[in-house]
Amino acid sequence: MQTIFFVVAAVFAIKLFFIQVLNTEYKHAADANTIKRVVEYPFRGLIYDREGKLLVQNMPVYDLMVVPKEIKNIDTLRFCQLFNIPLDEFRLKIKTAKAYSYVKPSPFLQKLSPEEFAALQDNLVEFPGFYINARNVRGYPHQSLAHALGYIGEVSPQKLEQPEYAAYAAGDYLGVSGIEHEYEKILMGKKGVKYRMVNVRGIDKGPFKEGQYDTTAVAGQDLVSSIDLELQQYGERMLKGKRGSIVAIEPNTGEILAFISAPFYDPNLLTGKELGKNYLSLLRDPEKPLYNRPIKATYPPGSVFKLVQALIALEEGVITPQTGYPCNQSLVKCAHGHPYPSNLKIAIENSCNPYFYQVFRAVVNQGRSRNIYQDTHLGLDKWRDHVLSFGFADNLGVDLPYENMGIIASSRYYDKLYGKTGWKYPTFYSMSIGQGETGVTPLQMANLMATIANRGYYITPHLIRGIGPQQQPLPDYQKKNFTSVASRHYEPVIEGMAEVVASRRGTGWWANLSHLGIDICGKTGTVQNPHGKDHAVFAAFAPRVNPKIAIAVYIENAGFGSISSAPLASLMIEKYLTGTISKPRQRWEGWIENGEFYKSKH
Amino acid sequence: MERAPKISRNIDWITVAIYAAMLLLGWINVYAAVYSPDLKQSIFDFSINSGKQLIWIGTAVIIIIVLLVIDYKAYESLAYVVYGFIILLLIFTLIFARPIAGSRSWLEFGAIRIQPAEFAKFATALAVSKFMSTINLRQQNWKEHAILAGITLLPPFLILLSNETGSALVFGAFLLAFFREGMSPLILILGSIFVAIFILTLLVPKLYFVIAITLLFGLAIWSNRRLLRKITSVVLIYAAVVGMVFSVDFFVNNILQQHQQNRIKALINPEADPLGFGWNVTQSKIAIGSGGLYGKGFLEGTQTKFDFVPEQSTDFIFCTIGEEHGWIGSLVLIGLFMALLSRIIFIAERQKTVFGRSYGYCVASIIFFHFLVNIGMTIGLAPVVGIPLPFFSYGGSSLWSFTILLFILLALDTHRKQDLTRA
Ligand SMILES: [Zn+2]
Repeated sequence: MQTIFFVVAAVFAIKLFFIQVLNTEYKHAADANTIKRVVEYPFRGLIYDREGKLLVQNMPVYDLMVVPKEIKNIDTLRFCQLFNIPLDEFRLKIKTAKAYSYVKPSPFLQKLSPEEFAALQDNLVEFPGFYINARNVRGYPHQSLAHALGYIGEVSPQKLEQPEYAAYAAGDYLGVSGIEHEYEKILMGKKGVKYRMVNVRGIDKGPFKEGQYDTTAVAGQDLVSSIDLELQQYGERMLKGKRGSIVAIEPNTGEILAFISAPFYDPNLLTGKELGKNYLSLLRDPEKPLYNRPIKATYPPGSVFKLVQALIALEEGVITPQTGYPCNQSLVKCAHGHPYPSNLKIAIENSCNPYFYQVFRAVVNQGRSRNIYQDTHLGLDKWRDHVLSFGFADNLGVDLPYENMGIIASSRYYDKLYGKTGWKYPTFYSMSIGQGETGVTPLQMANLMATIANRGYYITPHLIRGIGPQQQPLPDYQKKNFTSVASRHYEPVIEGMAEVVASRRGTGWWANLSHLGIDICGKTGTVQNPHGKDHAVFAAFAPRVNPKIAIAVYIENAGFGSISSAPLASLMIEKYLTGTISKPRQRWEGWIENGEFYKSKH
Repeated sequence: MERAPKISRNIDWITVAIYAAMLLLGWINVYAAVYSPDLKQSIFDFSINSGKQLIWIGTAVIIIIVLLVIDYKAYESLAYVVYGFIILLLIFTLIFARPIAGSRSWLEFGAIRIQPAEFAKFATALAVSKFMSTINLRQQNWKEHAILAGITLLPPFLILLSNETGSALVFGAFLLAFFREGMSPLILILGSIFVAIFILTLLVPKLYFVIAITLLFGLAIWSNRRLLRKITSVVLIYAAVVGMVFSVDFFVNNILQQHQQNRIKALINPEADPLGFGWNVTQSKIAIGSGGLYGKGFLEGTQTKFDFVPEQSTDFIFCTIGEEHGWIGSLVLIGLFMALLSRIIFIAERQKTVFGRSYGYCVASIIFFHFLVNIGMTIGLAPVVGIPLPFFSYGGSSLWSFTILLFILLALDTHRKQDLTRA
């Protein structure tokens, strides 16, 4: 065994003799040159709207970096004067940089403007160890769409320790929210590294080993959004100063055309030097501008939910389009003086509460079991399965992080509350009219409209329609998700929705665009608000044949949908389909922008 | 107190002297590795690695005293208990440890972090020696062989799961010790073939490799017609080799996760990852190569300061020695290791029990393996495996574990004459 030891020792000694004594190449490399690792940052992918307008661009910023190892005899006082920082801060920053690494560059001053950069550049030679690193931050030429775009921020030290973030270094940026987060891997690109030989005076002597270890930076891929920037900005103008959301979807593709959450903020606030400060002030704003309502806020769906009830009842065969029920006010209250709901169309047009009370009961209690409790159990769960096939009570799978699922109560929920034999239909009847234990996001509501517009299926709503030069769509967003309600049951419901807008008595009359030849199918709703005035909802699609847009409009504390959210939805539809707002309807713009829905009786 | 003078009279002072010299040189070079000419820190500065290493050295002395005072018979009688405890500790670490730099191998007690994998070495050495003292390896008893293999392979298996490939490979060193105790060289040869196939599978495209094996077998039969008479065995062996190629390939590409695959591939072929391991080797060779015959002098190194090579004071400590003390310094280091290893073999051979002797060989094998791989990787003769240079590299767990490993042997050796009376 000793023989093995000594053979190895001899081999090492000989090899070392070659490297250390005979070979001079390594001495040259060490004496005259050090090898510098120069990181090349890739361009982050750009984002365009569906018309090719730039939504997100890159803007150059300059960081002052420091490599603690290379700091030599610098005039600290002069440095502080020049860069306008107190001496204490200087010392603290050097200490932090050393704690990170002696030889890897740390950011010292970040995001200098081009002017600051120009002023400093000439003086840098006096301060070895400091140098300028050019980088790009995001810029938004239009100031819109903040909630969908999200923002990028510095990668946190905690993340840097995790293997998934091995591609990042301190000071690097990554998408924190929105599309920037969701498509990080596509947008980020790949950093390049150049190994340069640099002599003791810092003069570049060319690439190390003919650049065989070098890699070039690969730019991130561009994204094409489905957003129509013009429509988006029009909607933002209308919702300015209010609270609410608008989501518009192209039904046959699932592409989101507008995604508005009000109050909103200028996305440019969350870039550049002031990101941290601006983020804090947005976070502390009592109006919660950072709150992403279209996917985070859940409201009971209100009367719009009657459409779903009708569809399920038709599918279950418990009603036909000709079925009538009396408007029996002892079951649940209803608006006074509407015509007798002798068929489904009249019931939808007038949003008759007792009608749908009876429809829902017929769906739930079909006599599947002789035991009334068990019958209710089975009926409710069967009904819930239908509801879930519309994308409710689950993440739709939109390409944004942190989507809220919403809720639709199940039998298990009531079992927990009342026990297995402690509840039956009257316990949850309020779900028949979209109240009670239900919660739906504006995105899910718009998706419902797209589903009805498609007569029975939806394509998962999404904000990005194409990736990279070929504008490749994501396969997830091409699949048709069919509801459990057969296609033929949709037309009778759509007929009712058309009547809501077409009829002078209908609650959607103020959304009527028949003078332009556009027939809108829609439904108003009211979200009861225990803390103040009710929220107004209008959900619709248009045109009735070959629908091009499905939309859900929420205006908080606006009361009746018929005079607020309905006209706003019709303005959005008109804008999208015709590109402009016709003269007689421009007064509605003023009315919506003014937003005082309670002051005057229209 | 009779025991103290006895220990001081009987302990092998030569080994202790080599140990002390290594610790001292190691400490000085850890200092050189982290020293900054701008900051001019003191070697006793507890915020840098040299100051911390002094604490580890101090605690190592306490460990030595404890090891020598313990009844030496306990090492043999409690060998399995210690082994079992370490196995539990490894499992515990695997499940509960917070991942640090992608590997769940550190246990944290406040500010102190220890790596149970380091302590698995001496525990396994104890258990293996104890087991070998109860069997005779010369006899081809497959059941005993299997148990021995199990004892040896369980810790590295657990360590592999925690992503510490380097520490796991160290357990291969035990083969050397088995060899001394009479294991057939056939196993060493079979083992090498297995490793060779494993490595080649990762390097060569599967299809070419299978074609090459087929040709090789064909050639063997063609050149030696007598093999045709044993055609069944030849076909079986052929099937086994091809089967292994596919299962290794399947294991690496389908079972392992991406980062584990990369780790294994970079281990075999550092050139494939020139920015990671490959970069370290280039830097390390420049540092060592620039040392020349006599070196640049203490603290005069320019290439090995700070984290140019990331594990400067731990796994790449030899770079500092090579740069600042040149070929002469490297020879002194190699000489010290040769002296230590020879002395350990000498001590092992003078043990009166099989347990003592095989333990001695285990110690020598483990230290030798570390020496081989660590120096080998810094000069580009071995793949880059992150294992420390015994007694030189910075780090508490590694210093403690090698100290325990060595001084259990010295404790056994101190009392060897008592074993004579026992026998
Ligand atoms: Zn009614």
